[in-house]
Amino acid sequence: MNKDLKIATRASFGEALKELGDENEKVVVLDADLSSATKTNSFAKAHPDRFFDMGIQESNMIGVASGMASCGKIPFAASFAVFSTGRAYDQLRASVAYPNQNVKVVGTHYGLTVGEDGATHQMLEDISLTRVLPNFTIFSPSDDISAKWAVKEASKINGPVYLRFCRLATPVIYDETQKFELGKGICFGDGKDGTVFATGDMVCKALEAKEILEKENIHIRVVDFHTIKPIDKELIIKCAKETDKLISIEDHSVYGGLGDMISDVLISEFPKKLIKMGVRDEFGKSGKAEEVLKAYGLTAEEIIENLK
Amino acid sequence: MEDELSLKKQANKIRKNILKLVYKANSGHPGGSLSITDILTYLYFKELNVDPKNPKDENRDRFVLSKGHCAPALYSVLMEKGFFDETNIESFRQVDGILQGHPDMKHIPGVDMTTGSLGQGLSAACGMALSGKLDKKDYRVYCVMGDGEIEEGQVWEAAMSASHYKLDNLCVIVDNNNLQIDGEIGKVMSPYPIDQKFDSFGFNVVEIDGHNFKKIRDAFLEARTCKGKPTVIIAKTIKGKGVSFMENKAEWHGKAPNEEQYNQAIQELEEND
Repeated sequence: MNKDLKIATRASFGEALKELGDENEKVVVLDADLSSATKTNSFAKAHPDRFFDMGIQESNMIGVASGMASCGKIPFAASFAVFSTGRAYDQLRASVAYPNQNVKVVGTHYGLTVGEDGATHQMLEDISLTRVLPNFTIFSPSDDISAKWAVKEASKINGPVYLRFCRLATPVIYDETQKFELGKGICFGDGKDGTVFATGDMVCKALEAKEILEKENIHIRVVDFHTIKPIDKELIIKCAKETDKLISIEDHSVYGGLGDMISDVLISEFPKKLIKMGVRDEFGKSGKAEEVLKAYGLTAEEIIENLK
Repeated sequence: MEDELSLKKQANKIRKNILKLVYKANSGHPGGSLSITDILTYLYFKELNVDPKNPKDENRDRFVLSKGHCAPALYSVLMEKGFFDETNIESFRQVDGILQGHPDMKHIPGVDMTTGSLGQGLSAACGMALSGKLDKKDYRVYCVMGDGEIEEGQVWEAAMSASHYKLDNLCVIVDNNNLQIDGEIGKVMSPYPIDQKFDSFGFNVVEIDGHNFKKIRDAFLEARTCKGKPTVIIAKTIKGKGVSFMENKAEWHGKAPNEEQYNQAIQELEEND
């Protein structure tokens, strides 16, 4: 992990999307008046004929994307996660998931790390909403490199995909040589004292905790779930068998998110206690991203506390 | 109009199959299916460039039944056109059949868009029309909506985008039968004046009697020739059209006839042949 090089995964998405557009004529992009924030503006500049600003109409945007997919396009429809999955939920369900349309739904600005905009914009339920929709694949990359991989990988899947990207710049974790595989988590270390299962912008917090604990001779492993659905069952079971304490952490509600997905696997395959870190039955609030995370206990220190 | 008689005969057969589908399943939506029968008959036999032997042809015209609950009308027309055979009638809405309660593009030949959640079809139709423009193809896109359906907000998002992107390859038909489940649309949640709403959203607006084939023909011709903006055809129709006891009755929105009612309805339609 390179703590000195921080990049927001939404920026990585924008860059990868532009490159994908260079390579694949079928890729079209729709945005709902947020292209400078979702970073689809790089694509818009490079491929203006294949970029469609749908204005502030998220429901219509998803429906239009579905129609374009039925004509052979590969539409990426982007907005803040709260709108692309929340506001347009029935459109995702009836016009994308059920007909298994080749639409890539993009939600940027998930979670508490939205910061100052506060609860209305801090989407804490996007994983819960999308994982229950049949046919959807979900990517929740943790850094620049994995985010770029996810964009390319999504374009290869012939069906609905949800990709979530973060507003906040976070450390670059991987290097260019890293291999990713759909549905396969990436395990850091082989410690036996505990496992921290993480996704998205919480992976760097887990890695930070791992580093601090190493100095205290406590050896844990961290798992990055860049793919949320399908979830990597084998890796969950392996870690549960090989390590002592289990923790999940997500910048998301603990209801229906990564922690619940892991506990679903554990309860049926290898029952074991799991401490779920995330937001509990409450909304977010305004503040600087790191301070909001601290207020909700999503820090390396809290991970360490829970492991001890 | 030289082929008016044959269109009427086809529409009559399609009406009989609508009733058969709903009667056999003991479930479904006859009222609104009967009100759009003449429009769908004209579309599939005169207007649309579609080939039952090549239902996925990328150059075909597209049709979206946004009021998806009127699937019996779409299925009957598709059967009459030869997309699938009439043996499927028996399994409409049954667990072993392909004919789902609402149109399912993944399993039913000739269905271009899955619909059922009202207000979503026009957005998909806009996406198809936008793709056609992008690919410089000359196919056209048709979308039938209910007059109650246009109470949905998404319809107006889609209408705004259709005119913003100058989708003159898109033709919307509003089935103005004046009734929704809870009663007259003007009393439940009035979408009137429908013509002025679409006009102010930048549409070319045509109003017709939706059971008059000459008027239907002229409206589609006008839609084809109108450039730079989408067209909406507001078709004044009769819910339950063709079956005396179903006409203009909201209660026949989503109810199946019993044996006696079914026999009477078929008899009435046969007298029209």
